Amino acid sequence: MLEIRNLHARVQDAEILKGLDLSIGPGEVHAVMGPNGSGKSTLSYVLAGRDGYEVTEGTVRFRGRDLLELDPEERAGEGVFLAFQYPVEIPGVANTTFLRESLNAVRRYRGEPELDAIKFLKVLRERARKLGVADDMLKRAINVGFSGGEKKRNEVLQMALLEPALAVLDETDSGLDVDALRTVADGVNALRSPDRSMLVITHYQRLLHYIVPDVVHVLMGGRIIRSGGAELALEVEEKGYGTYVGEAA
Amino acid sequence: MNTAIETVRSVTGTYKYGFVTDIESETAPKGLNEGTIRFISAKKNEPGWLLDWRLRAYRHWLSMPEPKWAKVSFPPIDYQDSYYYSAPKTKDGPKSLDEVDPELRRTYEKLGIPLHEQEKLSGVAVDAVFDSVSVATTFRKQLAEHGVVFCSISEAVETHPELVRKYMGSVVPYTDNKHATLNSAVFTDGTFVYIPPGVRCPMELSTYFRINAKNTGQFERTLIIADAGSYVSYLEGCTAPMRDENQLHAAVVELIALDEAEIKYSTVQNWYPGDAEGRGGIYNFVTKRGACRGHHSKISWTQVETGSAITWKYPSCILQGDYSVGEFFSIAITNNRQQADTGTKMIHLGRNTRSRIVSKGISAGHADQTYRGLVRMGPRAAGARNHTQCDSLLIGGTCGAHTVPYIESRNRTATVEHEATTSKISDDQLFYCRQRGIPEETAVALVVNGFCREVLQQLPMEFAVEAQKLVGISLEGSVG
Amino acid sequence: MNSMIGATATGVPSWLRSHEDAQARLPGADRPWLCERRAEALAAFAASGLPTRRNEAWKYTDLKALGSVPLMPAVTMPEPATACPVPTVLADDDVAARLVFVDGRVRPDLSHSRDLPAGVVFADLTAGLSRHEALLEHCLGHRNGITGRSLLALNTAFMDGGFMLRVPRGVRIAKPIEIDRLSGQARGSDGAPLAHHPRIIVWIEDGAEATVLENWAGGGDAVYFNNAVADVWVGNAARLRHYRLQDEGAAAFHVTTLRAEVGRDGDYETFSFSTGARLSRLDADIGLAGTGAHVGFGGVFMMRGRQHCDTTSVIDHHVPHTACREVFKGVIDGNARGVFQGRLVVHPGADKTDGQQSCRTLLLSDGAEIDAKPELEIYADDVKCSHGATAGQLDDNALFFLRARGIDERTARRLLIEAFLADALDQISLPALRTRLTERVEEWMRDRREEHE
Repeated sequence: MLEIRNLHARVQDAEILKGLDLSIGPGEVHAVMGPNGSGKSTLSYVLAGRDGYEVTEGTVRFRGRDLLELDPEERAGEGVFLAFQYPVEIPGVANTTFLRESLNAVRRYRGEPELDAIKFLKVLRERARKLGVADDMLKRAINVGFSGGEKKRNEVLQMALLEPALAVLDETDSGLDVDALRTVADGVNALRSPDRSMLVITHYQRLLHYIVPDVVHVLMGGRIIRSGGAELALEVEEKGYGTYVGEAA
Repeated sequence: MNTAIETVRSVTGTYKYGFVTDIESETAPKGLNEGTIRFISAKKNEPGWLLDWRLRAYRHWLSMPEPKWAKVSFPPIDYQDSYYYSAPKTKDGPKSLDEVDPELRRTYEKLGIPLHEQEKLSGVAVDAVFDSVSVATTFRKQLAEHGVVFCSISEAVETHPELVRKYMGSVVPYTDNKHATLNSAVFTDGTFVYIPPGVRCPMELSTYFRINAKNTGQFERTLIIADAGSYVSYLEGCTAPMRDENQLHAAVVELIALDEAEIKYSTVQNWYPGDAEGRGGIYNFVTKRGACRGHHSKISWTQVETGSAITWKYPSCILQGDYSVGEFFSIAITNNRQQADTGTKMIHLGRNTRSRIVSKGISAGHADQTYRGLVRMGPRAAGARNHTQCDSLLIGGTCGAHTVPYIESRNRTATVEHEATTSKISDDQLFYCRQRGIPEETAVALVVNGFCREVLQQLPMEFAVEAQKLVGISLEGSVG
Repeated sequence: MNSMIGATATGVPSWLRSHEDAQARLPGADRPWLCERRAEALAAFAASGLPTRRNEAWKYTDLKALGSVPLMPAVTMPEPATACPVPTVLADDDVAARLVFVDGRVRPDLSHSRDLPAGVVFADLTAGLSRHEALLEHCLGHRNGITGRSLLALNTAFMDGGFMLRVPRGVRIAKPIEIDRLSGQARGSDGAPLAHHPRIIVWIEDGAEATVLENWAGGGDAVYFNNAVADVWVGNAARLRHYRLQDEGAAAFHVTTLRAEVGRDGDYETFSFSTGARLSRLDADIGLAGTGAHVGFGGVFMMRGRQHCDTTSVIDHHVPHTACREVFKGVIDGNARGVFQGRLVVHPGADKTDGQQSCRTLLLSDGAEIDAKPELEIYADDVKCSHGATAGQLDDNALFFLRARGIDERTARRLLIEAFLADALDQISLPALRTRLTERVEEWMRDRREEHE
């Protein structure tokens, strides 16, 4: 599904990723854990194709295609979804308008027919109900005045609509209390399927209580330094990132 | 970001209405002198008092310097190098809609303004002004049943001289400013509306202005009187062919709202803006002013300004009546070499008067845009309130956006609040949209549209569609 | 426009005459370079006269009343005022140096410079001319800019009094330098009111730091005119805190033309507290010329009676990554009038500018008036700029709330006005001054109350 080989990337003048290798199979859920500054967010932005994140070496193949040569919207069309750590507010643009614009753009890319307003609303309402997203939240401007929990639920709603092949969850737990975290995790778990892979990026282990990964990687100094099963997350939690400092060098 | 600039260019840069109608016209001799004015007045069989008024305006105009305070630059206008009257040749003027010259009818169809009443703009009555004259006015009969007068101003001079005489020049005196004074001297046609007491006008009224002839200025004059307790919503649209020379459009609009009357005036201004290098385009020097004469009266201006090489326009409200309300909602988009100096004046004279200003400016390319506004609280304006929100969005590093509000308060109990921001489209917003699969140009349009939403919402449905297209994105999603 | 006015423009003939009387006695009358500069400035002034309301920058302030006063240059004053008490702000021990002027003349007995580090130049203009002539010539020559600014030209033509301060590279002066200036004590021959044209030069070199406190006072109700020009340079990574207290006499005219330029990572904080004068104006022109430069520009004006106070400013962001915070608060009572015109300019290429401006005014009486014109003029897209302006009265709800808690109306009003001014006063990073000004606010409120009783 996703093959990252020897990935080097820089932001402005600083090299952040220094030879990262990662491979995710269909239906697998991988977690990448790392301390601040290890390159977690850079990895998610590089995968999504954000300007200013320059790949200097290495390859990223996604379902057989070279991901790096695609524009952000093309990657979205290919099925890469990034759940933002800080979802962006866009004043004046109703959530519904945005979601429909997004879904139809992705459908166009995939050669599927666009949904008219009525069909779209039906699909949206159904997905929203499942995630406990109130109608009122759909009418409001995207993320404007949303609470932390509402923003993250809105991200999961978008994921449910766009049905990505790979979902990258960037610090989805940040800014959430336990109840909100559980709601969001339930939403994500409901979307787990054999043809959908996930990359869960997090600093803390607590999110992995709720979204249990198949594989856990420890990212430090811009490289994966340890990989293991779900139990690795517990080890990290217990011992702290300091234990791995030697390995990162 | 380049794509963003391209998008705005595609929104405003490709001008759909640039065609020329081939029609035989009758024109006044070129140039401006008393003879020109007598010619226009004679053409219209005007009464002596109106000719006198025109001549007084002309003589005053000769003594006035060009206004220099706006943040726009252009070479001096050669007033002698222009025609002041151009009208399609007809025998006697159309008596019914069926008699409208088919060529003109085709022109308006091309502009999306069918002059057949049964066609899609049902619910909107149209006065079609072509160069210097009104060529057709629809739905007059239905309106007359409600006592609503909707006709060209030339006709109103004949049929309702007492109203015209009483109100014309009462809001914008002929001495007001250079452009308005010129209009007073040479105005050729325009729209007249009178809504009788207590009548809620049953349909939207609109005027569609078209400049067609070469080297011709357009000087129309609109007068709308809403008598006590009445309501009217009026729309105005405008286009012109693409030509290399600049053409002057100096209109005057006067609104009068009596006790508890309400006038909603919307404009989608899409005059030819000139080409990417700034060649050609309309000089849109317009004086629009409304007087809330009565208590609890209300005047609301909404404008979407995307066209014209230069826009110089300040739709204003004089809030005389106690508890009267003035509103100004504006979107102005300038691109390439366009210049716009636009805003409003809210003059609070009466007690407990209220005004609200929402201005959204978008500047791209090498364009320069200025919001210029005045909020004045007079000594008698006890309890008056104003709120102004004025936001500018810049696209690209070569344009300019300026905000020049004047706030004058002479009443302790009046409240004035002004806020302004200037920013660019945020990279975060664009990336967020693109990550959701939305192409960058759509993303820009989406963000711009969101930025303008508060103003777009003010437009009547019939115009909202055109305005949204102009701003570059559909708002269909608002069904949610 | 200039040619239309000519020599008949407001006040010009009497100024020309008085220059003839005064020129031999002006500082530097024996220095050809200075005489030349004065002559050039006088010609510029003669061409335009005092600014009129036709000039957009003077739209709300009318100098006609000033034009009709037969003023006399202070230098021609026969007798300086005898020893009189001079109000000061900070105690002698709390300042690094103090320079006291009475009616434009230095009072050496009250001045000192006991805590100035070596290398610092601090002198009144006359002394500066004899000891640091090259420096003065350099500073005056560096900025001319008299075209279109007739009061600046007038100052150059008559320049007298004032001071120069240069803090050399890397030198930090811990304590403030206070300049006390008491006017309106003496009169000219035939009892004519005096005109002062002090020139202030402040040059803080790279990495240096200083605090300057200007205290403009004028007891009594004598008519006089202070036409000051302050030229300020804040070097790279330098810091200047510049406070101005304007408490001129009730019949006085006061104009300060302030021009400042801030270098890379430089920090210029200036605050004006105005309660005095019949008519006063601060005309500030501040340029952020180096990346990382920061300007704090703030003030409080409290006006009553028929006072008129005008704050006009242009803040120019010339380069990327500069920031400016502008906060003004006004309280206007009686038939007084406040004017605030603030323009914030972001020049092409000055991306990442962060500019914020606000002016809020309380009108306390029926005759009070505020005219505000906050302007943004922006030629770069990657900026964050905003301004806000409000005018209104005290919040009725807040007033009611306080009264419902048992506070009498008068006290409640005072508390609310003080609270309204508090965040402007909080910009002052000199605690002793903040305290002093808070007291001054209370005093003003007390006077107001007595006036109303």
